[in-house]
Amino acid sequence: MTSSVFQKSPFQARLDALNIVQQWTSWNGYKSAQVFDTIASEYFAIRSTCSLMDLTPMEKFRITGPDSQRFLNRLVTRDLSNLAIDRVAYVIWCNDEGKVLDDGTVFRLGENDFRLCAQHHQLDWLSISRLGFNVNIEKETDDIAALAVQGPTSFSVLNKVGIEGLDKLKPFQICQQSISGIEIMISRTGFTGDLGYELWTSPENALDLWDLIYGQCENGNFDIRAIGLHALNMVRIEAGFIMPGEDFVTAETAVRADRSRSPFELGLSWLVDFEKPYFTGKKALQAEALRPANRRLVKLSVEGNKPPADAFLYDKENGKRIGTVKSCVWSPILKANLTLSDIEFENGSCPEKIWAEIYYQKELEWKSSWSQCHVSHKPFWKNARASLTPPMKF
Amino acid sequence: MENFDAIVIGAGHNGLTNAAFLAKAGLKVLVLEKNEYIGGATASLELHKNWKYSNCSYVCSLFRPEIYQSLDLGRHGLEVVPLQGSVTFKQDGDYLGSYHQSDLWRREVARHSKKDADAAVRFDADLMKWCRLIRGFLLRTPPDPASFRPRDALEFAFLLKKFYSLSESELYEFIRFFTMSIANYLEQYFESDVILAHFSGGSIIGTGLGVYSPGTAYVLLHHAMGDVDGNVGSWGFARGGMGSVAAALSSSFLSFGGTIRKSSEVKKITVSNQTATGVELVSGEIINANAIISNLDAKRTFLKIIDESDLPEDIVKRAKNFKIRGSSGKVNIALDGMPIFSALPDKSPLTLGHMHFSDTLERLERAYDDWKDDRWSSDPYVDMVIPTQYDPTMAPPGKHMMSVFVQYCPVSPEGGWDDKKKKAFGDTVINQIGDYSPNFKDLILHAEIRTPHEIEKEVGLTEGNIFQGELTLDQLMFNRPFPGYAQYRGPLKRMYMCSSSNHPGGGVMGAPGANAAREILRDFKRKNTTPEDFGDD
Repeated sequence: MTSSVFQKSPFQARLDALNIVQQWTSWNGYKSAQVFDTIASEYFAIRSTCSLMDLTPMEKFRITGPDSQRFLNRLVTRDLSNLAIDRVAYVIWCNDEGKVLDDGTVFRLGENDFRLCAQHHQLDWLSISRLGFNVNIEKETDDIAALAVQGPTSFSVLNKVGIEGLDKLKPFQICQQSISGIEIMISRTGFTGDLGYELWTSPENALDLWDLIYGQCENGNFDIRAIGLHALNMVRIEAGFIMPGEDFVTAETAVRADRSRSPFELGLSWLVDFEKPYFTGKKALQAEALRPANRRLVKLSVEGNKPPADAFLYDKENGKRIGTVKSCVWSPILKANLTLSDIEFENGSCPEKIWAEIYYQKELEWKSSWSQCHVSHKPFWKNARASLTPPMKF
Repeated sequence: MENFDAIVIGAGHNGLTNAAFLAKAGLKVLVLEKNEYIGGATASLELHKNWKYSNCSYVCSLFRPEIYQSLDLGRHGLEVVPLQGSVTFKQDGDYLGSYHQSDLWRREVARHSKKDADAAVRFDADLMKWCRLIRGFLLRTPPDPASFRPRDALEFAFLLKKFYSLSESELYEFIRFFTMSIANYLEQYFESDVILAHFSGGSIIGTGLGVYSPGTAYVLLHHAMGDVDGNVGSWGFARGGMGSVAAALSSSFLSFGGTIRKSSEVKKITVSNQTATGVELVSGEIINANAIISNLDAKRTFLKIIDESDLPEDIVKRAKNFKIRGSSGKVNIALDGMPIFSALPDKSPLTLGHMHFSDTLERLERAYDDWKDDRWSSDPYVDMVIPTQYDPTMAPPGKHMMSVFVQYCPVSPEGGWDDKKKKAFGDTVINQIGDYSPNFKDLILHAEIRTPHEIEKEVGLTEGNIFQGELTLDQLMFNRPFPGYAQYRGPLKRMYMCSSSNHPGGGVMGAPGANAAREILRDFKRKNTTPEDFGDD
């Protein structure tokens, strides 16, 4: 135990056994796989069959008490007053300057019982924000084992395992089940843009739950693969999901004044509701909404096949620099370079022409080339099966 | 009657690719298909209840990503999943496993020969040199070396420049490479029998040649120059079977306003004043258009659907002499479960890719000897895959579809094919697999046996040749299909060719279709919708 800096997940024994390339990294301090076998096989498990991913390291907070709903509605920019029990909502929250602190999901488990999942450590901010609210906030990251089961056969796999009622479970809905004596909560949520579920249970059940599901691969019924953060990063860019800390600096960690971003600047205006009761950052965001847009994180595809990692963006070849690529991926399903890119606007609108200057290496020699870019207003990729109820078998 | 700008004959993948680019440029395009399904040899058919068979082509590598991207085939439903691992089983109970993890692969080669493990590094780099050269020509129209038009001269200069980017010794090697046999080529690197046999297989697939025949080294390149997401030489499965390639192309084509008519066999291309004016269907219907594009192979195009009297003499002669020898068969099998291979450890990843049972060059050459005598190989070379290990759409959970490509199988054995001979051919293949897998035969629920005869009859490939013409130097680049006709324009005005009988040849590549579209759009003074090569440099 002392030989490693990493905290161990309740699924660790299974993860260790499957990781044949031993590529680990820290995710919130946990020993988390970047890759188990090959990135391509893990990517296609998500897009073609079924993938398993340990979500335990994701920060989880339990928020209870008579003011819990009012508290959360004050915290986040989206209106949660209509969030029904057994439903989930994607949310972001800001500081008073209207700059984004983090994103995550709110699960309504009961009348006054919520779970907030977040990318980063948020207990400090939640404690500051609770002043005046009668709520209890507990960090439960280490107390819940969470497993993402994502991909086109995820429904068939879970159905075969004996989980019932999934044919009626809609996106962002939750149900509770007991299988083989294990109490689990299932939400139809995910970070992949494909059909998928997240399973939540107590850590002592983790290995049994893993074995139940992965057993469907062992017995030859389904192809199931453990996937690491690398493959997840590919599909989340395809699906257009942002990653705080990767695509922008979170307001809490930003040192330089121009680094933090508002929801508008991240292209998340659909999550900001000025009609709802007062929320943190509202005043600043209302003021920002009146000004012309100065910059946006946009979904930008880049022509050709050279990887535009960290590329600068220009208004024309050798023109004025107007932005930077933040995240990028070669999409195996679209055969295209997809990026999330930070672009400076002129007079409140997106530049019509965007060019990337790409530096790439071939046999130890650096080269550069110019590629034209195209803004996408929709997620690059979302499979229709992701939102069908009942889901398809594959 | 509806008027069309262009008619494409044959809804195989090249016909659909061609049609899609023409329609994207705004032309009104009609695709005519003789079968009641589209795809030609890229088809997924339900021949056993709940089982889908990729019953002709079965893996995907050569399909150009540029075409994939510009026709938006991902959003039209195409997904190509890379294969992992492959294996050659040995007769002594051992095997050579080609793992997708390079460290594992190296250790595995070293298990058979330490020297060969090191030679594999040199082999890979050399092959990559040839791949890099040839890949740059796939999405280009070959220059006519006998023409003095500026465009041909420029293109020829481009070609020479590419070749002279090699060093002197590399240039010699490359020229030798094109004319060598695969056995001689590989013997420059490797000593182990099973390693030699493992690398040779790709060089005889689809050809009327043996591992010791000159010219087979190039065929290895033809199987290695593709890529899956930049991994040159990798192969993939189209999710849903190869029919998904045709389905995505067709969906893209239809989104540009195209029309497809199935069960509409073309009887002949109508000609007036040395100009193609339209087509006459078997039903007697006549449809006119400004461009008539044949996606049939060169033999079928010039000897079956155009009157000889409408063609120049030399074309008829060349078409008759076009080398298009059928040499391959297929056995497609529905399995009740996953076969066990005695040689492999439990849960080995090696079953996830290509599986072979030929472990020496001599066995491969003997297999060829049988074919020369018009017999199917008594000890055939097979390229066997079980895509349902990844693909949940082709068989029920826990069940499998196995695709077995068989080299060699004659166009016509002595006395012609009959049911008895067909079964005996299938049994030869099944027995070979059974020798390595004890439970295999008990798992068989259904098997479809295809000889060149069935492939020609159903798909329309002359002699069942999968490449629509042998891939030898005399029929490659500016020689394909015939010298002087390698730029996709036929001998009649307004008549074009877009099939694999044209540069850069066979395989599910889409390049002939796209290249032909570029030439047609040029003639019609339309905006070019076909993509440029992404480039490897």
